[in-house]
Amino acid sequence: MTMPFYVSPEQLMKDRADFARKGIGRGRGVVAVQYGDGIVLVSENPRSLHKISEIYDRVAFAAVGRYNEFENLRIAGVRLADMRGYAYDRRDVTGRGLANAYAQTLGTIFSSGGEKPYEVEIFVAEVGDVAGADELYRITYDGQMVDEHGFAAMGGDAESVSTYLREHWTEAGSLADALRLAVAALGHGPDGDRQIPAHDLEVAALDRTRTQPRKFRRLTARVLRDVLGPDAESPPDGAPDDSSAAGGGEASHQPQVPDDPADPTDTASSVPPLEDPVTGEPTSPDDSPDDSPDDSPVAPPLDRGDPTS
Amino acid sequence: MTLPDDARLSASYLAPGSSSFADFLAAEAPDLLPARRGLPPGSAADLAPHGTTIVAATFGQPGSGGVVMAGDRRATMGNVIAQRDIQKVFPADEYSCVGIAGTAGLAVEMVRLFQTELEHYEKIEGTTLSIDGKANRLSALIRANLGMAMQGLAVVPLFAGYDHDADQGRIFSYDVTGGRYEETAFHSVGSGSMFARGSLKKLYRDNLSADECVTAVIQALYDAADDDSATGGPDLARRIFPVVHVISDDGQRRMPDTDVAAIADRVVAGRMQHPDGPTASLEG
Repeated sequence: MTMPFYVSPEQLMKDRADFARKGIGRGRGVVAVQYGDGIVLVSENPRSLHKISEIYDRVAFAAVGRYNEFENLRIAGVRLADMRGYAYDRRDVTGRGLANAYAQTLGTIFSSGGEKPYEVEIFVAEVGDVAGADELYRITYDGQMVDEHGFAAMGGDAESVSTYLREHWTEAGSLADALRLAVAALGHGPDGDRQIPAHDLEVAALDRTRTQPRKFRRLTARVLRDVLGPDAESPPDGAPDDSSAAGGGEASHQPQVPDDPADPTDTASSVPPLEDPVTGEPTSPDDSPDDSPDDSPVAPPLDRGDPTS
Repeated sequence: MTLPDDARLSASYLAPGSSSFADFLAAEAPDLLPARRGLPPGSAADLAPHGTTIVAATFGQPGSGGVVMAGDRRATMGNVIAQRDIQKVFPADEYSCVGIAGTAGLAVEMVRLFQTELEHYEKIEGTTLSIDGKANRLSALIRANLGMAMQGLAVVPLFAGYDHDADQGRIFSYDVTGGRYEETAFHSVGSGSMFARGSLKKLYRDNLSADECVTAVIQALYDAADDDSATGGPDLARRIFPVVHVISDDGQRRMPDTDVAAIADRVVAGRMQHPDGPTASLEG
């Protein structure tokens, strides 16, 4: 019989937390900003794979991290909400109930030894009848649930984005103000600000002024351009003005990043994608376009089988 | 029933699977499905109220038209009027609606399931079902109810929606076995349907406007109420009028009661002069 190495519980949890945090930090961030008539969720995400989605009438979901993991949680959330709304009533589906379910799920998975911790962080937003009744929860990979007020950021460089939001956020602004603030915050980084073009944004709002019971609506690139101004501020080398041409537009805006449009993990940063978009297998660091000298590649979770199964 | 209460989501919620809410319900909480109830032998037909006549008709040219669906407000139990203001036409999603005839309680439950089914698919897949897809899902729900239908608890829906591919309104009718039939121009289901259909046959034209189409279906419901005791006509004393949904390229909306009341008042005023309603020409 072999003697297992002793690992202290503190070290074990720290290792798991580091693992999850690295996975979350390498994607791009999501920002939630409360405005006078609701909550707007903004992400820099030129893909058609959504990071922001509708869960129920007044409840929206946003996530960063591994796509297959948060997609799984999103579908579970839709099922839970629809089940509850069908068994009871539409009004009985609450953001807090859903956030609790997510927190319990992530917390259990994080602390159980047998499962890989989820590399995700989640927003659950619920719009109320008045601004005071709006709710915004941030749920972290270890099941911590944070009740946010006014604004929140996760993923990417969440620290500096949060700081920017804290400095500039004002209560009860208009949707346009909130949108401009969110986009500026996402473009804010330690090495200067950049303007994110409208067709690279995924934006949705929970709008309490909508007459329909379902308050969630996506804002298209056309609407965004009306608010943010044309993409002329971005590099002038002829980015196509069409959001469908995501691949070409992407390359011209960020010429230094040879990002793969088929990459569902959406990591157009200097680190390799977590997994091959086609096979779902973890990618090895050497066959990916990693030219970052300072970031040591995180070991992909090789001990698991096909992560999509 | 296995509703998780604020604890960890159970494995079935996290398992990859179908985008159908009814399928999920069948696996997770089958007792919530309307069709999964074991009934003792015998007829249950007289136990619950029945809804009656639903009418639908398309209007306009392809590209600018749509479809109208209307239902009377009466529910009957044998010779008793169980309810005077029951709603039997419901929105199914943004571009379609469903009207129901048959056992009222079961039908309302089935409509709720159908609404959830469409919304669930939309949220999971990020796209809406095609109109044929919606019609087929409704067919599956009706088919599952066959056992109950054989014991007298039949539900017969009428489904109408706007087809963005064909740029026109479309109507689907069903039988109790889940058979799905596409109807052209107009159709009606329920106890007064044969009178309503006969009336529409004489009133319907291809190029009706939306308002004219609403008038035509209200005339048809009046004729159904005239000859079928289970169908309610416009209730002028209580100001209860048919529920009318209009579906076009812009989506579906329930016509405001005041607008329906204005049209119904005109129809009733006309019947004061000609009790049998407008006459069609004998030739051409």
